[in-house]
This record gives sequence, C-alpha cells and structure tokens, in this order.
Amino acid sequence: MRISSGNVLHAIGLCVVIAFSLFPFFWMVAASFKTQTDILASPPLWFFMPTLQNYQDIFADSKVIGAVGNSLIVATSTTALAVLLGAPAAYALARFEFRGKGDLWFWFISNRMISPIVLALPVYMLAMQLRLLDTHLVLILIYLTFNLPIVVWICTDQFKSIPPELEQAARLDGADQFTIFRKIYLPLGAPGIAVSAIFSFIFSWNELLYALVLTRKNVQTAPVVATSFMSGYELPWGKIMATGTVIVLPVTIFALIVSRHMVRGLTMGATK
Amino acid sequence: MAEKTATPNRGYGRWTPFWFLAPAVLTLLLIGIYPTIFALVTSFRRYNITRPRDGFPFIGFENYLNVLSDSTFWSSLLLTARFYVTVLPVQIALGLAIALLLHKPGMGLLKSLARVTLVVPLATTYAVVGLIGRLIFNRDFGVANQFLNWFGFPGFDWLGSPSGAFAAIAIMDIWQWTPFCALIFLAGLSMVPGEIEEAARLETSSRLSLLRYVQLPYLLPGLTAVMILRSADVLKLFDMVFVMTRGGPGSATDLVSVYIQRVGFRIFDLGTASAQAILLLILTIIISRLYIRVLYREVN
Repeated sequence: MRISSGNVLHAIGLCVVIAFSLFPFFWMVAASFKTQTDILASPPLWFFMPTLQNYQDIFADSKVIGAVGNSLIVATSTTALAVLLGAPAAYALARFEFRGKGDLWFWFISNRMISPIVLALPVYMLAMQLRLLDTHLVLILIYLTFNLPIVVWICTDQFKSIPPELEQAARLDGADQFTIFRKIYLPLGAPGIAVSAIFSFIFSWNELLYALVLTRKNVQTAPVVATSFMSGYELPWGKIMATGTVIVLPVTIFALIVSRHMVRGLTMGATK
Repeated sequence: MAEKTATPNRGYGRWTPFWFLAPAVLTLLLIGIYPTIFALVTSFRRYNITRPRDGFPFIGFENYLNVLSDSTFWSSLLLTARFYVTVLPVQIALGLAIALLLHKPGMGLLKSLARVTLVVPLATTYAVVGLIGRLIFNRDFGVANQFLNWFGFPGFDWLGSPSGAFAAIAIMDIWQWTPFCALIFLAGLSMVPGEIEEAARLETSSRLSLLRYVQLPYLLPGLTAVMILRSADVLKLFDMVFVMTRGGPGSATDLVSVYIQRVGFRIFDLGTASAQAILLLILTIIISRLYIRVLYREVN
C-alpha cells in the first residue's frame, strides 16, 4: 500500500474515532478491576494491579444476582410477547390492504417518541390499585409499549421482501391464511424476527425509568440496583463499575450482532 | 420493492387482517391508551398521595393553570431546549466528520473496526452511562480533570457547579449519540452513486465543494431525521441525567422528564405531574406528526 500523508491522517482519524467510542466503556471496565484505593487515587491511575475482588463481591451479593435474574426474566418475557403479538400484526401490515392502515402504522411508530414519564405516572397509579407494583408482570407489559412497535416495524419490512408469489401458490394449494403465515412468513422472515427480538431485548434490558418507579425490593432490575449503589457517603466504586460492566457486556455483544441494523432499529426506518 | 399484492382478487376474507392485528392493537390500547386516559382524568383532580385525607376531588383546569404559570416547569422546558441546541450541533458536526472518515476509500480493516466500535456507545445502558459519568467527572479522582491538567487547565468540580454539571451531561450525551448521527450520515453518503462521486473527485480537488454539491443532497434526509428524533429523545432523556445529577445542582440539569418525575414521585403531587405529562405528550405528538409528515412521505 502506498503511504502518503493523507493515508496517515486518515488512519489517525480512525484511531481517534475508535478511542472516542471506547473510552468511557474502557474506563468503566478498568475501574471494575481496580481496588478502592486505586480508584480514589488522584490523579487517576492508568496502570495498576488488576484485582477480581469487585467481581467476587458482586457475584456473592444476592441483590446483584437477583437483579440480573429479574432483568433476564423481564427482558426475555417481554421480547417473547412482543414477537408473539407483533409478528402477526406485521404480516397484516405487510400483505393486507384495509381501511385505516396508514393511521395504524403511524400510531405504532409514534409510540417510539413518547416519553416514558407520560405513562409511568398513570401506570404507577393503576398498578398500585391492581396490586401489580413490584411484579415482573407490570414491567413485562409496560415494556411492550416500545417493544411492540419495534417488532412490528422491523418485521413488516422483512415480510414485505418475501415474494408474494409464494403466498399465492400456497393459496392455490388450499392453504388458509394462518397456515401461510406459519409455514411461509415465519420461517422466511426469521432473520428479521431475530433482529427485532434482539432490539427488543436491548431496549428492555437498558430501561431504567419504569423499573425505578414500578418496582420495590422484589423485582428490581439490574440498572435499578446499579443506580441504588450510588447513595451513601463512601461509594463502592469498584462494585458499581463491576455491576455496570456486567449489565453492559451482554447487550454490547447483542448490539454487535445486529450492528448492521442499528440505525434501522433506532430510527424505525426513517432512513434507508 | 414489489408492493402490489393481488389487490383486486384478494383471496382473503374481509376480517382476516383484523384477526392478525387484533392481539397487538388491543394490547397497545390496553397498556398505552388506557393509562393515558387515566393520566388525563388525574390531571383534572387534586391528587397528592401523601395527603389521602383530602380525597381526590375534581378541580377542573386548576392543575393546568398552575403548571402553565409555574416558572419551574417553563424553565425545565427551556433548559431542555438549551440542552438540545447545545448537543445537536456538536453531534451533527462530529457525526459528519466521522461519517466522512468512514466513507473515504482505503484503510479497510481499521475502518470496519471503527464502524463496529461506534455501536458500543449506542448500546450502553443509559443508566450506566450516568454511572460512568459520575466516575469520569468526579472532582477529586475523575479523569476529566486529569485531561484538563494535561492541557494546562485547572480541574474543577464538574458535578458540583451548575455550568459544569450541564456540560458534563452534555458531554455524555454527545458521546452516546454522536455515533447515531455518524451512522445515519454514513448511510446517506453511501447512497451517492459511485460514478458521480468518482467524476466529482476528478473534477475538483476541494473536499468542501464535493461535500457541498455532490454529497449534501444525500445527507439532507438523514439530517432531518437526526434533528427530529433527537428532539424527541431529549424530551425523553431521563436515565443518564437522573443517575449523574438528579437534576442538580439546584435546577441546573433539571430537564423536563427529570423534573416531572420529581414532582410525581418525590413530591407525590400526581395531579400536577399528570398535567405536566399530558402537556409533554401534546408536545411529543406535535413533533411526531411532524416527523411522520416529513420523513415517511416518500416511503408510502
């Protein structure tokens, strides 16, 4: 390869981008391997003796383990439910013509824009009356408000790309609509369904406001517990950062899997 | 994409779409619309849980009048707007620079690596971004002050001073959402037909005129998307700010969602908070109508 000043600048620029993207993440992971003394060192230490103590502490802490378990239960259930409800709706939006389709479509999409605080208040009051506060169920249901639109959007897009001839052929063979959906659209649309499920999982896993407001002791999710360490006089920084790493790592891996679709998932297809 | 599907002879019953849609629509109605109506009703009541003895009487528009004449509410909206105009230009500029670097031919491996790492900020749990912010911007042992010292500036108490705290949450937001802009712009740049870009590169050596006359038209739809989506996101922004500053010091970082959360769940004035939430909802609906009008017109 030809080496010119342009190339060198380009390479430096790209390295800066990588450093920019990774630095806070790196700093958290580094801190999670530091002792409290090393974290409190001023100026901050870049080189230190790594320790696993923080991870031993959090894995021995039933609160953290329980919270990760709660997050898993909630995120998995809400994702499963979103796919179960959303995929058929996506099929209808992709293949059927009916009155009010445009409005319905926009309604699904506009759910992405709404601030969680708008729903958090009334849902809190309703959950209190129905004795649903501090249950997995209330979080699983409320997370559908953002997961369902994501699943519907991505799956509609995917189902539209399946050749309609397949469906017509199946219909000539006497297959009913539900069989067509199950035997043609679900298997052929599987990649899109998987991508939408991963997004739904990431968004549910990352959510804080609803979880903060709607849970107490029993079903606190991982972000809530991590946040709750942030009070008191001497903060257990190593433990906080280790918990943060444990929270962020799985979703980062998921996000890398769907990185090609990241923009699509975040904009709901506003840009191609 | 082939869109026309056997419209004249549909081959499905009139009610078929209904059966496929009903579960999703009914669920969203139940968990989305019903609570919204509940909030609307509450916004016309005096509803403070810490004073249940007063009951929850209907008081008409009193909550709304209180909110609209409450300077704290307006200043939280104003602060949200200020936050938006602070972070957005930086995110657009940095995002564009990154997109151009990633679009430039050559450096294949490093480029793919950079593109993949852009996903990391976007996926990081917003609450954890706040935790990291608390560590980075700590007065005594934060790395932000170390950076300042390296460049010969004195460190200061970021999270303890109003402008410092505002800058700190802005920086964390810029970190998290610049990649979003970069990826959108990158998608726009890759829409420029190869021959046109090649021809333009031969024609002019100025990167700026290439950007201005050839690439810009392809960037505009993405730019609109960024502007509208980020405005909705800033109105939603809660997790990171709550963890980093809880709206403080004073009300220096009291963005609108953080403020409403405090009125509702710290002061437990649910009537007032509901009125605020409904006003926020109206604002959001206006923005999302705009969004749909502008962005989805070509799609449908």
